[in-house]
Amino acid sequence: MINSAYFMSMLISGLKLGSIYAIVAIGYSIVYGILRLINFAHGDIMTIGVYIILMLMNQAGVPIPAALLISVAFSVGVGLLIERLAYRPLRDASEETTLISSLAVSALLQNMLQMVFSAQRQPFMLPEALRTTHKIGIVNLSTINIITFISTAIFLVILHLVLTKTRIGTAMRACSENLRAARLMGVNVNRVVMTAFAIGSGLAVIAGFLLAGEYKTVYPSLGFVPGLKAFCAAVIGGIGSLGGAVTGAFIIGIAEMLFAGLVPTTMTAYRDAFVFLLMVIVLLFRPNGLFGGSETARS
Amino acid sequence: MLEIKDLVVRYGGISAVKGISLEIAEGETVALIGANGAGKSSMLHAVSGLIKTASGKITFDRHDITGIGADRIVSLGLVQVPEGRQIFTRLSVDENLRMGAYVNRDKADIERNRARVLDLFPILKERAKQSAGTLSGGEQQMLAIGRALMSSPKMLLLDEPSMGLSPIMTEEVFGVLRGLKDQGITVFVIEQNAYDALELADRAYIMETGTITLEGKSSDLIRDERVKAAYLGGDI
Repeated sequence: MINSAYFMSMLISGLKLGSIYAIVAIGYSIVYGILRLINFAHGDIMTIGVYIILMLMNQAGVPIPAALLISVAFSVGVGLLIERLAYRPLRDASEETTLISSLAVSALLQNMLQMVFSAQRQPFMLPEALRTTHKIGIVNLSTINIITFISTAIFLVILHLVLTKTRIGTAMRACSENLRAARLMGVNVNRVVMTAFAIGSGLAVIAGFLLAGEYKTVYPSLGFVPGLKAFCAAVIGGIGSLGGAVTGAFIIGIAEMLFAGLVPTTMTAYRDAFVFLLMVIVLLFRPNGLFGGSETARS
Repeated sequence: MLEIKDLVVRYGGISAVKGISLEIAEGETVALIGANGAGKSSMLHAVSGLIKTASGKITFDRHDITGIGADRIVSLGLVQVPEGRQIFTRLSVDENLRMGAYVNRDKADIERNRARVLDLFPILKERAKQSAGTLSGGEQQMLAIGRALMSSPKMLLLDEPSMGLSPIMTEEVFGVLRGLKDQGITVFVIEQNAYDALELADRAYIMETGTITLEGKSSDLIRDERVKAAYLGGDI
């Protein structure tokens, strides 16, 4: 039966998955908070980032940290381009319209990746040094796990500081509560939206890197389902609330790994369905999510 | 200071503002009075750059501001205190004030303005760290005005500042506006509350279904039979 070491390893996998979802969910949440736009292309930015890293590492021999940085810069550019071309022209359109636009962008990106890199799965192996495990008590932690936990914590703290202590961060919170009033304060909404897309896209690449390292492979639709799950996390937590998104992400990550670890192996394929079911159940009881307040009046 | 010429604002096929012209000189306090749905707010939103104008020209401080972004209009010193206050309820009182100074990059200047605003509204000093949503309606209106003053505007636009306030709070808000007027800030106030607005303003315009039907000195309008009948509830 289940011993504590097995349980701990499931918990750690869950925490790791939760960390990855949290980094992605934040991107969904800040963009949604400001524009009421569910950016389904967000998960595909992850995939683009991973392909760039793979190319830089395999074909140019660029070391991982540099490859990550270049990929983040490139993907932020892609994110900003998408905002400019696909979403900004629809700024005054309904939520349904922008939602459909984001699904179209997602399909477009996946097909472009397939054209450029083929639909074949390609191996994505982290270097040996990152995969070595350290035994701490009854817990086995790999170097990449430790890096994941620490970097997630650092990103969350930095993001919190940006949102609460800086001029642009305060403007982002103001915009997510009342876009019209923020404009009356002289806030350039386009600049705030671009900042949100830049932060979201950059974080998505970090998450993509961690995810591909976990799956040990990359393929054109790699980011789509994890992106949907991160979206579920944001919804469960109360979309628009960053603390909620992070909490939701850890709930989903841990629940998903416990499900996968505790059900018979024939059932583990249903782990994605389980996550979506979890979201439906939460929404049945808390339509605004766990931490979502009631919607305030908006322009 | 502010000149509106033949302004037309349309929503879909309907004209909310049908070619109005008005002018406000520097240092003047002017009121725009009209019933609900007369097009007052549409006109103000066009001036602030929140909605597109169908035609016409808006000039502020010698700049043509027709169709330029809301943020650039604020930078020029034309600031609106919106209807229903629209403070950021999830931000602290202090953060609301700092948002008001968003276009200002000069830290020392922001601190000076903040001290001035807190002097004007001592209640905001006590509540500085509280989230703005916990303030009463009157306090929120004070915050909305204080927030607008944070950018040291040349001219203030106020959209129904007395809406939803008790008579006592209304009196206080108009007291504040009188203070601003005495400081020489140009004020354009939109009101359904005609009596208080006419008492405050030097001049006023009366707006009905998208057009200006009457204009003149407040002291004349307050005695005008038509104004009395339509907006002041008969004899005063």
